Amino acid sequence: MDLGTIQSYRRATTRADLVLAPGEKFVAGGTWLYSEPQPRLTGLVDITSLDIPTLEVTGAGDLVIGVPCTIAELLALPARTEWRAQPLFFDCASALLASFKIWNTATVLGNICQSFSAAGMVSLCAALDAMALVWRPDGTDYSLPVADLMTGNGTNALAAGELLAQVTIPARSLRATTAYRKIALAELGRSGAVLTGRVDEDGSAVFAITAATLTPTVLRYDRLPREGALRSDVLTATGYYTDPLGTADWRRGVSAVLLEEIRQQLEAAA
Amino acid sequence: MRFEVNGETVEAEPRPGQVLRTLLRESAHFEVKKGCDAGDCGACSVIVDGDPVHSCIYPAQRIEGRAVTTVAGLGDAEHLHPMQEAFTENFGFQCGFCTAGMIVTASTLDEDDLDDLPRKMKGNLCRCTGYRSIEQSIRAGVAARQGATNLGSTGLDDRPACGHDHGDAQRTDTVGHSAQPPAARRVVSGTEPFTFDTDLTGALHLRVLGSPHPHARILSIDTSEAERVEGVELILTHRDVPDAIYSTARHEHRTDDPDDTRMLDTVVRFRGQRVAAVVAASVDAAERACSLIRVEYEVLPAVFDPEEARTPGAPLLHPDRTPEDRVDHADRNVVAALHSGFGDVDTALATADVTVSGEWRTQRVVHAQLETHGSIAWLDEAGRLVVRTSSQVPFLVRDELCRIFGLDREAVRVLTARVGGGFGGKQEMFTEDLVALAVLRTGRRVAWEMSRNDEFVRTSVRHPMRIGVTLGARSDGVLTAMRIEGLSDTGAYGNHSRGVMFHGMAESISLYRSPAKRIDAEVVYTNNVPSGAFRGYGLGQVIFAVESAMDELALKLGIDPFDLRRINAITEGEPVLAGHGEAEADLVWGSYGLDQCLDLAQSALERGRGEIPDLGPRWRIGEGMAAAMIATMAPHGHIARVTVALRPSGDYELGVGTTEFGNGTTTVHQQIATTVLGTDADRITIRQSDTDAADYDTGAFASAGITVAGKALYGAAMALRAAMLDIASTLTGFPARDAVLERDGVRLGGRLIAFPELIAAAPADRRSGDGLLARGSEFGDVRSLAFNVQAFRVAVDVETGKVRILQSVQAADAGTVMNPEQCRGQVEGGVAQAIGGALYEEVMLEDGVILNPVFRTYRVPQMADIPTTEVYFAATSDDLGPFGAKSMSESPYNPVAGALGNAIRRAIGERPYETPFSRDRIWRIAASR
Repeated sequence: MDLGTIQSYRRATTRADLVLAPGEKFVAGGTWLYSEPQPRLTGLVDITSLDIPTLEVTGAGDLVIGVPCTIAELLALPARTEWRAQPLFFDCASALLASFKIWNTATVLGNICQSFSAAGMVSLCAALDAMALVWRPDGTDYSLPVADLMTGNGTNALAAGELLAQVTIPARSLRATTAYRKIALAELGRSGAVLTGRVDEDGSAVFAITAATLTPTVLRYDRLPREGALRSDVLTATGYYTDPLGTADWRRGVSAVLLEEIRQQLEAAA
Repeated sequence: MRFEVNGETVEAEPRPGQVLRTLLRESAHFEVKKGCDAGDCGACSVIVDGDPVHSCIYPAQRIEGRAVTTVAGLGDAEHLHPMQEAFTENFGFQCGFCTAGMIVTASTLDEDDLDDLPRKMKGNLCRCTGYRSIEQSIRAGVAARQGATNLGSTGLDDRPACGHDHGDAQRTDTVGHSAQPPAARRVVSGTEPFTFDTDLTGALHLRVLGSPHPHARILSIDTSEAERVEGVELILTHRDVPDAIYSTARHEHRTDDPDDTRMLDTVVRFRGQRVAAVVAASVDAAERACSLIRVEYEVLPAVFDPEEARTPGAPLLHPDRTPEDRVDHADRNVVAALHSGFGDVDTALATADVTVSGEWRTQRVVHAQLETHGSIAWLDEAGRLVVRTSSQVPFLVRDELCRIFGLDREAVRVLTARVGGGFGGKQEMFTEDLVALAVLRTGRRVAWEMSRNDEFVRTSVRHPMRIGVTLGARSDGVLTAMRIEGLSDTGAYGNHSRGVMFHGMAESISLYRSPAKRIDAEVVYTNNVPSGAFRGYGLGQVIFAVESAMDELALKLGIDPFDLRRINAITEGEPVLAGHGEAEADLVWGSYGLDQCLDLAQSALERGRGEIPDLGPRWRIGEGMAAAMIATMAPHGHIARVTVALRPSGDYELGVGTTEFGNGTTTVHQQIATTVLGTDADRITIRQSDTDAADYDTGAFASAGITVAGKALYGAAMALRAAMLDIASTLTGFPARDAVLERDGVRLGGRLIAFPELIAAAPADRRSGDGLLARGSEFGDVRSLAFNVQAFRVAVDVETGKVRILQSVQAADAGTVMNPEQCRGQVEGGVAQAIGGALYEEVMLEDGVILNPVFRTYRVPQMADIPTTEVYFAATSDDLGPFGAKSMSESPYNPVAGALGNAIRRAIGERPYETPFSRDRIWRIAASR
């Protein structure tokens, strides 16, 4: 929708352009920003014009996703046999209510920064222990796990003027065996729970609950847990919430059911 | 900046916060629609440099140097793209408002996508069709495109036009055939205008400030700061409005609905209610000025629960209204009460072999028609007020505007363009009053196009109801007593409260024979968003409860549920009794098809038993059914007065008042005319939905398009036909009964009398201008009855609450089916909308605040959510309807929730009592076992 209060739209090309004036906000794909009234904003700073690589694979085999990368571009990465976790990219994009058309405009990092509990790209990052690189307005940087960036349904730990510049998915996770489940109140609706499981080459296992808990819940095990242990950890996890997309008790219950399906699938694959 | 649209260069300077959708529309690309303006519905889909995008969330600032293709760039009405052609041939639209975006998206798909179609299309919502015809269109379009030529950069297809073949060998444009809608080629190419598809240069824009409180008295309004915003022309508050009290609901008799609404009031009774309106040169200025209006409120106590609302001590919403205003007990917030019955229910229940009892609850549902409400008004050269509005009832809106502003009927013209869906939501006056006032004050053209948020917060929802049902029966299944207790929540205003309650308590109960019946129902005010007319008009809610109770009875007695209906449903000729012991005098048995519907649905369900998949141990399977009855017209009269004129060219002009909003009425009217007048569809011009184009029409509601307007048209066409034959007889001396109407004249006595000769020989009283004119009227004095039976087989995952529909069947008693594909579409669409209400949709409120006022959280069904429904028609012919037809738009909705609830009950052994049967609710019910 038209944002009537916006008086200026400028394109950032260097880091120096990222200092926000009062009333300004970064815009990447814009697919959320333009979907709701923004009466307090007066200016937009387009960050898709920044000179940051869209996608890079480092010498260590890590995948680095930059600000301009759209969800469609991430999914268009050619399949690599050593990246056994790559199907998770499509799964987590499909967990979004957003259609494939929106993937053409929406960015991976923008979805993370919007920080909805149901954000599919947060599910992906939580599943694969992705790291965030944040640029401070003063020119310094810091890193933290993407999952730790989330503070609530639509809120995150980024301070005013900070920019999520890159997300790195480690090679170790990309080589892992993964499994995925999603459930919503409607078959392809906005997620009520997104569940992922991952077994790394060293046998350690990581299960993540997103969309069902306000912030990602990541459960770690040295080796694949038994049914009862996982179920107990899922049921005692905190942060399940109620909103129009589902009630807290249902989110908790189906998370346990679907993570057990994932556990069995990973067990069978081992 | 420069960019390309459909191969043409466009120069424009988009505003900093503008999106591509409005930029395209400001460049006269009206084919790019607004459904949600938030990226959820897909009506605005366009292709940018080869990629389909939602243009409503695409920054216009990024379009420089890019190439845009809209649906009009894929093909025009004469040279359709294969996908457009497929949508016309497969009836892939009803109202047509989603169609442009649907076709654009589909045009980017190839064969590989067809396996994944529901996911690919999840960003395109259709509220009318139920998706089966859309899926069929897309598959046909993709297949046809495999052999298509490269369409090049403009996308224009250079192949010769096709689809215009009207050879005499196979007439498909007469009654009984699946004729295509007259507007089909324009709709699929984006050239059929809807309400706002017109140049608004120079027009003023109206926006409203909504109340932040659910109940408050306005102490003061300071508009001084808002007035200083550049471009603001007028600000309207309660000080500026006519001293008129009325209802937004519209009926043939305005006294059907309570007078409780002022254009702008000194008391606001729900969150979002209009407090003030700004009229400004731009939308941005109007919105900015709204935000600068300072209002001082005295917050009043509010009540949100309908039971609390009628309890002594509750805050009163409209204490000053009286029964004269059609508010029966303002001192208890009760708008209307119904207490009626016959026989001794208490004794019958006490002595019954079995009884069942329960309370069922339904939720608020929005219409979610993709075209939002809105109107554009101006003064014409003669000084008449002209209102172009998205309405189902232009004549009724005209009459009420006349009353509010003290104007003569001749001083007001109300018309519609094609209307993008309504489902009852546009049987109300939500925008026209304020826009008319703004025009009368400024003398300028004024437009108010509602946003999707406006739709949620300040239009209307389906009445939520609590329905208690107690049934008594003998051990052989024969009903001995029915007791119904109803509580309906109309929200802050009465709108359709009375009619919905009375209608809801009618055919739902009169369907069954019982020696004793008792109905106690009330509809109450609360400080919630108002409720209004919604497809089914109350019947769906009550039928859900009654049919669920009937299923309980069947279970308890061990009787097949189809048989229980056969035992108890009234049959042809029996009195139709709801609460009163005497039948309504205007209901007659024009036909009866319930027996066939029961047989058709039952046998289809039995056939499906061979195909039950093995889903594993978590899934439970169950079958359920429900029946529904509906009168073929609204009670107390529904009037249509139409004209049919013959021109010397052999063209016929139809003047019809009723509105096309996806109901397919226009197609059927054309078919009636071609059938009676012996001509071809291309000779028929229909002027409709305009107080200047026809004498009168009550409006497009209660499925009246065929049974009322169509019947009037049939009468007019028959009168014209008779006149033409008589003239031919006079001219030739041969008897009129031997004459044959043809495309180019009347054949009699071995020669063809051409139309100019025929007209020249007509008596003066038949002449009108250079042609002949006949009139036809229908007053809706008597009504017949139609039936629907729905059956489902479902599988329920007891561990997650998922309900999967394995089979969906609806048998419909439509009388003569005038246009099989269209009628099938009405049934499919009704079932789909009802599945939405039964499984997914719910307006969630907390202290009067709507928690999910957007389509991403209010779950309108996507393609993935709707199964194919097998549709069967009973072979009946009605004595009242034209060609034996009955109504069939509202009623397919009504049995669905009951049938689905019954199937779930039989699958998991526990009954859901509350809609929607959402996964979280079903999971909880299943877990309770």
